[in-house]
Amino acid sequence: MSFWEYANPVKFIRTTDKVLPWVWALTGISLVTGLVWGFFFTPDDFRQGSTVKIIYIHVPSALMAINAWLMMLVASLIWIVRRHHVSALAARAAAPVGAVMTLIALATGAFWGQPMWGTWWAWDPRLTSFLILFLFYLGYMALWEAIENDDTAADLTSILCLVGSVFAILSRYAVNFWNQGLHQGATLSLDKEENISDVFWFPLLVCIAGFVLLFIALVFLRTQTEIRARRTRALLAREGQA
Amino acid sequence: MKALLVRDLMLAIRAGGGFGLGLSFFLIVTVLVPFGVGPQTELLSRIAPGILWIGALLACLLSLDRILALDWEDGSLDLLATAPLPMEGIVSIKALAHWITTGLPLVLAAPVLGVLLSLPIPAYQWVVISLAVGTPALSVIGTFGAALTVGIKRGGLLMSLLVLPLYVPTLIFGAEVARRGAEGLTVQAPLLLLAGISFGVIALLPFASAAVLRINLR
Repeated sequence: MSFWEYANPVKFIRTTDKVLPWVWALTGISLVTGLVWGFFFTPDDFRQGSTVKIIYIHVPSALMAINAWLMMLVASLIWIVRRHHVSALAARAAAPVGAVMTLIALATGAFWGQPMWGTWWAWDPRLTSFLILFLFYLGYMALWEAIENDDTAADLTSILCLVGSVFAILSRYAVNFWNQGLHQGATLSLDKEENISDVFWFPLLVCIAGFVLLFIALVFLRTQTEIRARRTRALLAREGQA
Repeated sequence: MKALLVRDLMLAIRAGGGFGLGLSFFLIVTVLVPFGVGPQTELLSRIAPGILWIGALLACLLSLDRILALDWEDGSLDLLATAPLPMEGIVSIKALAHWITTGLPLVLAAPVLGVLLSLPIPAYQWVVISLAVGTPALSVIGTFGAALTVGIKRGGLLMSLLVLPLYVPTLIFGAEVARRGAEGLTVQAPLLLLAGISFGVIALLPFASAAVLRINLR
């Protein structure tokens, strides 16, 4: 029983078919719990008022925006090294989800920034690097669309993903150098003490879990769709020849 | 390798548009900016370093599709691929030829265009130095973009979308050197970082470009 078994599309679809309903159910439960808890059962912040509640969408979506790219990076590496088609398709499937997460993070940030900072947009390092990340997603998806041969497209996009990752990190630090930020530093951390009150922290955790699950469910579903679409195309091509 | 470099340079000169086109584009961008923002001298001299950098970047971008597309169309790229030269060498030479025909003229023209934008006197040397250090990176990154999109018909727009985000760090540090130079601040940190980016991409990116080109030629 090896992890690589799931590189077989049939096996992948069969397993994900079994898992998906559970993932969807858990996604629904944690998102509803987290958001309802966060929106209706937490107190308003002493200074930010009710706008603090945007955190329950902003932080999880921002986390997933970055982690989706990381997942694409890992999937691209697997494709380059082991040439499993499912891996390439999973990277392709994750890109639009990641792009939408980036947009959500930017939009919710703007909605929060308007009353709090007094502006929709500032050329702050974090904001700017997210915008750049969004451009990387756009380029990646456009390259997938532009190339007709599936294998060539998978090869080229995975190399773009690798090179893009390096440049995304470079840009992140370059932007830091270029302008001082308005955005607060990291609030959540794995190894340091949290500087967020437990009242907000627990519903936020539930929301993060919900977004992670949502991402997993969407990527599974989209990968399945990609596999089936490719299979359909192969069948049609065979029909055409016969 | 030398033969390839000479051939590319000859083609750029004789086919026309190699030297001239990027340079005239640079000129036009610089001339258009005052129309856009108004002719006030103080404003222009404040934004001049940034405009020169953006102009140089766009001029570089414009000429990228010439690096590989023509050779791809007439099949000479296939011949080059079967030549004893490694693919990494080919893309490096292509990038070098692009820099000589586009980057170098831009560096030399920047001070002249700086006059049009009433660039502050102390900024001249730093604009030239930052462009001289930064444009090789633009050429090498651009070659990667050109290699990615070489097989795509009408890939120019897609290439811009792919290449421009990759230009961000170079632009930030390059423009920062020029800006600090203009204000008389110390430029050491951004200049070293810019040089780091240039050397880094020159050393590493040709491998990625070569890999991409091999995939496209498959």
